[in-house]
Amino acid sequence: MTAEEILSAFTRILRDLLLNDSIVLTMETRREDIPNWDSFNYINFIVAVEIEFGVKFKVADIESFANVGAIITELMKLRK
Amino acid sequence: MQSTALRAPMMSWLPIPVDFRADLRAALQADDASRCLENLARLSGYQLGFLETLQLDRAISELGLKEASGFVPIRLAILASSTVDHLPPAIRVAGLRRKLLIDVHSGAYGQYRQDLLNPTTSLHQFSPQTVLFSLTAREILSDVPVTAAVSDVDEAINRSIDELRLLWGKAHETFNAAIIQQTFVDVAEPLFGSYDRFVPGAPSRLVAELNDRLTEAAARDGVLLLDIGRASARDGIDAWFDTGRWLQGKLEIAPQAAPLYGEMTARILAAQRGLSKKCLVLDLDNTLWGGVIGDDGIEGIVLGEGSAAGEAHLALQRYAKQLKERGVILAICSKNDPAIAEAAFQKHPEMLLRQPDIAAFLANWDDKTKNLKAIAARLNIGIDSLVFVDDNPVERARVRQSLPMIAVPELPDDPAQYVRCLGDASYFEAVAFTSEDRHRARQYAANAEREALLESAQSMDEFLRGLKMSVVFGPFTAVDHARIVQLFNKTNQFNTTTRRYTSEEIASIANLPNALTLQFRLLDRIGDNGLVSAMILRPAPAQEDVFEIENWVMSCRVFGRQLEFEAMNIAVEVARQRGARALIADYIATPKNNVISALYLSLGFAPINEPAPANGAMRWFLDFSDYVTRDTHIVHAGAAG
Repeated sequence: MTAEEILSAFTRILRDLLLNDSIVLTMETRREDIPNWDSFNYINFIVAVEIEFGVKFKVADIESFANVGAIITELMKLRK
Repeated sequence: MQSTALRAPMMSWLPIPVDFRADLRAALQADDASRCLENLARLSGYQLGFLETLQLDRAISELGLKEASGFVPIRLAILASSTVDHLPPAIRVAGLRRKLLIDVHSGAYGQYRQDLLNPTTSLHQFSPQTVLFSLTAREILSDVPVTAAVSDVDEAINRSIDELRLLWGKAHETFNAAIIQQTFVDVAEPLFGSYDRFVPGAPSRLVAELNDRLTEAAARDGVLLLDIGRASARDGIDAWFDTGRWLQGKLEIAPQAAPLYGEMTARILAAQRGLSKKCLVLDLDNTLWGGVIGDDGIEGIVLGEGSAAGEAHLALQRYAKQLKERGVILAICSKNDPAIAEAAFQKHPEMLLRQPDIAAFLANWDDKTKNLKAIAARLNIGIDSLVFVDDNPVERARVRQSLPMIAVPELPDDPAQYVRCLGDASYFEAVAFTSEDRHRARQYAANAEREALLESAQSMDEFLRGLKMSVVFGPFTAVDHARIVQLFNKTNQFNTTTRRYTSEEIASIANLPNALTLQFRLLDRIGDNGLVSAMILRPAPAQEDVFEIENWVMSCRVFGRQLEFEAMNIAVEVARQRGARALIADYIATPKNNVISALYLSLGFAPINEPAPANGAMRWFLDFSDYVTRDTHIVHAGAAG
C-alpha cells in the first residue's frame, strides 16, 4: 500500500469518525487543523486505524506523532 | 511484521452490513427524526465494529430524541473507577438494537463515591433508573502485598465488598434504581505461573476470590452482574484490556471491546423489561441433523455419536434441550413432509429432542414467514420473542426482510460452531430463574392436554367445569417477588396499562400501606398453571374511597378460563373490605393488547366520558353498588402468603 492510499483510507476513517465528509487530510495535517479532532477522538482514530490495518502502535509514538504523515510513515514501517 | 495485531471481540451472530456508509447516510434522509431513528434501529441490527458503532451513535445523538414511539426510554448511570467515555456510544447503539432509547450518564473517572454521596452532583439531577458500577480491582490489589497472609487477604476483600454493598445500598435508596455490578477483569500477569492459584496474595488469585465474594454479595442484595470477567476469558484478555490504552487514558475496557460491552449491558437492561427472547425456533435439515431427511431417509441423516459431524448436530440438540429446561420454549419450522419429519423425532435412536420437547411443530411446504407467524400465534407470544435458527442463508435473509423483529443468527458454515454462535448471541438473557421458568415446559405440555380435553368436551362450559379449577390469591409475597416482576414485564397482551416495573419498584409498592396488591395462582385437575395474574391498586388521587387499578396483567396461558371474572370478584371484595365504594381503571391501547380492549366493559365497568388523558388511556368506572358477582367455575382454594 502506498502512502497516498493510506492517506485516503485515513481521510475516510476520520470522516466516518467525525461524521464530516468535508474533511481533507494531507501529510502535513495536524490534529488542531481539524475541528472536533480532540484527544478522545484522536485515540478513537488510532484504534480505528489499528483495527483496519491490523497493527499496534507503540505508546510513545502515539504521544509524539507530529502530523498525519508521521503516522503513515510509522504505519508503513509496521506493515513491512 | 514487527507488531502484534490488535484483537477485537466479534459479534459474529449479527449479519455483516453490505455498505454501512451508504446505509447510514440513507437512514438519515427520512423526513422526521422518529423515522430516522427507526432506520438507525434497523441498521443497529448489523455487525458493527468500533468505528461503525461510534458513527451510528453520533447519528443517534444528532437526532436529539429523548423519547420516541415504539422505543423504551431508559436512564442509565455508569459509576466508574476508570475512563468510560467510550462505553456510552456502544450502550446506546446496543440499546437501539432492542428498541431501547438509553440516556447514559457517566461521571468522571474515580469520582463515583463523591457523585453518589453528594446530593448536589449532576448524577442526582439525572436520577438514573439503573446504576452500573464499572470498577477495576486495582485499588484493592494495591492494598494487598503478594506476601499477605490468608487472614489479611480476607480482611481486604471483606472491606472492599462491604464498601461496595454500601454504595449499592446508597444508589438503591437514593434513586430507587436497579443496580448492575461489573465483574472484575483479571488483567494481572502471572507471578508464580500456574502456582498463582495457591498464593492468596497473588493478583490473579485475588481477583478470582473477589469475583466469588462479589457474586455472593450481589445475590444477597438483589444486584445483577455484568460478567465481563467471563467475556474476557471467552475472547482473550488482549481483546478486552489493552495496556497501552490504560497508560494513555486509564481505559480499563479496551475501545475495541466497547461494542460487545454495550451489547452485554443492553441485554440486561432489556431482560429487566421482559424484552429477552422466549422461544427458539429450529430448522431441521442441516440444522438439527446433517443431510436432507426427505432425500436421505431416517437412516441416512447425519446425527449422533460415531461421526464428528453427527455429534455437532447432537450438540445443538443438547443445547436446545438445556435451554428448554431453563424455560425457553422450543419450536420447529421446517420445509419438510410432516410425516417424515415427525418420524425422525419418534424413531431415530440418536435424537435427543423428542416431540414432547417441542411446543409447536410446523413441518410443511409453506413459506417460513407464514409458519413463524403461526408459531407465535399458537404459543400466544409476541412474534418479536422468537429466535429463528436456520442453516440456509436464503431463508434467513427472507425472514429478516419480512419479519425484522425476529432474531435470526448468522449461523457459521460449520455445524460444529452452531452452539457457540447461539451462546455468544445470548438471546435468552435472564435476570431471574423462577420456579415458573423451571416448570414452563411441563406447563406447555399440560396445556396441550387441556386442549385435547377441550376438543372432546361438548361445550366450553362443560370443559371449564371438568377442569375443576381453583384460585389461590393474596397480596404480593416475597417468595413470589421475582415471578411477579417477570409477569409485569414480560406480559404484553393481557396488560391493561403496559406499565413496567423494576424489581425495586415492585418491592416498594408491596410495602406501601395504602396500596392494594393481588396475585393469583390458578390450579386445575391437570396441574398447577402457576402464578398467572397480578394486579396493583392504589387509592385514586383525591378520592380515598375509590381504588384505581394501576396495572393488571395475566399470562396468555390461561386466557379463556374465566380467571379475569374471578379475579375481579376478588378485587371488588378486597377493595370493599378496605372501605372502597368504587374502582376506576385505565386501558391504554398498544399494538399488542387489543385482545383486552373490551375487558372492562365485559366486567361491568362503564366508560368515563371525559377528555382522554395525555397517554391516550380509556378510563373506566365501576360502582360497587352496581357490581354483580360473576358465577365462574373457579373455586377459592385459600390465600397466598
